[in-house]
Amino acid sequence: MIQTKKNKTGAFLGLVAAVVVLALVVVLENTLPSTSQLFIVLKKGAVYSLVAVSMNLLNGFTGLFSLGQAGFMLLGAYTYAILTVPVAQKDTVYYLYGGSALNFSLPDLFGGVDTPQGLILGVALAILLAGCVAALFAWLIGLPVLRLKSDYLAIATLGFAEIIRAIFQWQALGPVTNGANMITQIPTFTSFNIKNADGEVILRLSAFVPFLVAILCIAVIVMLINSSYGRAFKAIREDEIAAEAMGINLAKHKMLSFCISSFFAGVGGALFAMYASNAQAKVYTSTMTYEILLIVVIGGIGSVSGSCIATFLYVAASEWWLRFLDSEMWIFGVKVPFLRTGFRMVVFSIIIMIVVLFFRRGLMGDKELPDLFRPRPKKTARKAGEHNG
Amino acid sequence: MEFFISTLLFGISVGGQYALIAIGYTMVYGILRLINFAHGDVFMVAGLMGIYLTSSLGAYLSPTTILVSLILVLVLTVLLGFLIERVAYKPLRTAPRMSVMISAIGVSYLLQNTATYVTGGQPMTYPAIPFLSDTITVAGTPIKWVVILTPFLVVILVVALTQLINHTKVGMAMRAVAKDFETSQLMGIKINSVISTTFVIGSALAALGSMLYFTTYQAVTPTAGAMPGLKAFVAAVFGGIGSIPGAVIGAFLIGICENFVKVLPFEGATTFVDAFTFALLIIVLVFKPTGLFGEKATDKV
Amino acid sequence: MAENILRLEDVTMQFGGVVAVNNLSLEVNRGEIVALIGPNGAGKTTAFNCVTGVYEPTNGRVSLAGEVIVENHPQGKMKAMYQGENNGKYTGVVRLTPDQITRKGIARTFQNIRLFGALTVFENVLVAKHMRAKQNFLTATFRLNRAEEKRMREESMALLEEQGLAHLKDEVASSLPYGLQRRLEIARALATDPKLLLLDEPAAGMNPQETQELTDFIRQIRTEYDLSVFMIEHHMDLVMQISDRIYVLDFGRLISQGTPEVVQNDQRVIDAYLGVADDAED
Repeated sequence: MIQTKKNKTGAFLGLVAAVVVLALVVVLENTLPSTSQLFIVLKKGAVYSLVAVSMNLLNGFTGLFSLGQAGFMLLGAYTYAILTVPVAQKDTVYYLYGGSALNFSLPDLFGGVDTPQGLILGVALAILLAGCVAALFAWLIGLPVLRLKSDYLAIATLGFAEIIRAIFQWQALGPVTNGANMITQIPTFTSFNIKNADGEVILRLSAFVPFLVAILCIAVIVMLINSSYGRAFKAIREDEIAAEAMGINLAKHKMLSFCISSFFAGVGGALFAMYASNAQAKVYTSTMTYEILLIVVIGGIGSVSGSCIATFLYVAASEWWLRFLDSEMWIFGVKVPFLRTGFRMVVFSIIIMIVVLFFRRGLMGDKELPDLFRPRPKKTARKAGEHNG
Repeated sequence: MEFFISTLLFGISVGGQYALIAIGYTMVYGILRLINFAHGDVFMVAGLMGIYLTSSLGAYLSPTTILVSLILVLVLTVLLGFLIERVAYKPLRTAPRMSVMISAIGVSYLLQNTATYVTGGQPMTYPAIPFLSDTITVAGTPIKWVVILTPFLVVILVVALTQLINHTKVGMAMRAVAKDFETSQLMGIKINSVISTTFVIGSALAALGSMLYFTTYQAVTPTAGAMPGLKAFVAAVFGGIGSIPGAVIGAFLIGICENFVKVLPFEGATTFVDAFTFALLIIVLVFKPTGLFGEKATDKV
Repeated sequence: MAENILRLEDVTMQFGGVVAVNNLSLEVNRGEIVALIGPNGAGKTTAFNCVTGVYEPTNGRVSLAGEVIVENHPQGKMKAMYQGENNGKYTGVVRLTPDQITRKGIARTFQNIRLFGALTVFENVLVAKHMRAKQNFLTATFRLNRAEEKRMREESMALLEEQGLAHLKDEVASSLPYGLQRRLEIARALATDPKLLLLDEPAAGMNPQETQELTDFIRQIRTEYDLSVFMIEHHMDLVMQISDRIYVLDFGRLISQGTPEVVQNDQRVIDAYLGVADDAED
């Protein structure tokens, strides 16, 4: 059938694109100086892409307006951090609480962070568990709040994220969460750089790792969206009552979408902890959720590739391209006005406003990247149909 | 007992200040179905304007300069609210609901980042307003006059506002637009002027709220509007978003509760002040999915 | 007596103090086309909503092929407010959600078309196949059961071909002209493999020629899919032509029932319609 054939070529193209991107990242990383701002953009962009796509699954494809993403990221980040602090470092990290309540560390179980298998297995397992913990909490909170409609659901999930943030800063949980202090000494992206016996880096993989994880996760989300369940999610988004009349169990499918979205937000949180080299509750504020929502909408609600493109543009503009606006500049002995710390973000917000006002449906609308290269469907068929009707 | 009274007084006062912000949220939501995320930041900007205007109008703070600058703050905040609506929301009137909300988040960003740029990110101190900042002793605790006066002022303003909405032509137009946007347009109601009026009222109340709030808590930072804004929004949802009395009652409840949570005798109680507000909200929503006084939403099949 | 597929017993739906459907009892037998008519606001759609689980009736029982799918009696606040009859006759509570009822074999269309607007014609039908597919989200995501997906696609495609919608399969549903949207909505309902099809004003907004086409179409699907059809309709031509039996509802109460001839000559029906003559569309 034509439809399946199209899907197969699509899957093949996606695979090729993923391999090319990954290869490009490895090449760039090992040729350009590692201090380049580009790598911050690449790493943060990969992490945010995943979170943005996970939010799009919920908001764009299932039509559930949730603002809990930062909360689920926090859960993921802390799960990852708590499980990966090496046993030897625990007393230093948790010095305020006289050591940690947990006496094991996943990488140590497989031989320690310094061995390849310890690092890879430990980190992979921790990331997976980070997602599972986020999904578990999503299930718990979903039971009462998923019955709520649109804005009420949004504010309830936002509230949930704020509650989680307060709990993780609570002194009484200090031996596990390190209270209001950050958890450090965790394996980061740079831990994956391959070193020789002298400790010199021979192959940089610190941008490759987040890309690999993000691409794998996004691929799974895309496969879900294109499956029967994805269609059911879209049906719920389009019309809940009609979806229910088609035999779709609303509660079950909303919960499924919520948990899966939160799972990947949790994975994204774990990656963010790796990116930031720490887990710290006060980072995962509602502002972070707004930022991700902004990315999703700028990219186009209901477009996975739109979310990814918007993420990289967003991160690059805020972290890299506009940097020069933050420092004073002299041209021909004249000081350029306005330029000083903070101006970058003012200009950045104005750009955002312009994009929001002039691209109402986002950069991509609900189209995907390959759609742009397909011939547009002819309008004549529709006109003929109108005469019939 | 003394402790109880002072906690209660503080709670009522903060609640009143939240109420002034919450009215802005709930009115805009009632008419545009828009969560105006920028409203908390308008409140913050009003606070900053208070600081800059008083310091630029006079080297020393006489009661007259302060009064003049407070009036200016009111006027400028109203202008800001009006402009935000015209520039950021009006062009999106026909766009999907989500776009307008994103525009609101964008405005919130812009205001916060501009504030950071202007202040250099340093906390600024709100000037002492004569009389309001003076303290008296109630039940053995020194308390600023503002704490005592806020609830009365709020009640007067809310009564005035409900009179406006229930007994004037513009108020009737507002109610009509809130009930059915399209039909009221067909009935010849000038929708844009109704919406502008809503934003003007909301901003004016936010400006007043900022004067009362920052007289109590004097540090103004670029993010100073975020939490009070969010709490006020929660208050609005709590009371059933779209309902003004609901928002006011919700705000007072939240203000009082959070002040009592703050003094609860367990370790780290202050960590949970904000969390408590949200927990209360979730519990209310579970039992009353559209808030305490919200209209029940029904889908027509 | 013929085997009945749908049976309503004393169904009463009271909203606050308003009784929208009052003590409604009726039957639809296997293979029959039965119409529910009545002036606007008589409670027809409310009755449908009670059958499909959208509303929970205040009192009464609904069964599908002998199995009780809905049963309720006045409870809580309603106990004191209840204005209907047969209070106390029913004691059980059966509360299936709309999706469970669809799974049992009742499919429906809506008075104001409710397609999945942004999805294609093909996807609209495919969605209806979701509930009976043997899969879970893992096997679906990781394509572990391609045969099932293939079967769903083939069945949907076959259905579109039978309904003459195959050439439009990649069109976005909301872009279809009105008549085709109605047809797609019926096709989508058929895709759930129903025993009983509920049509809520299928001919609304259609001209006489389209209405005639629809009449033939409903007859045709009844035989082809071995269906019973229960429909609400205002077009009297259609109703009289197609129905085996007719029930007439006025102010929530059944005022007449029987074959088209019987109902047409019933004075109570004539009164009910003449009283609100402007509202009767034919």
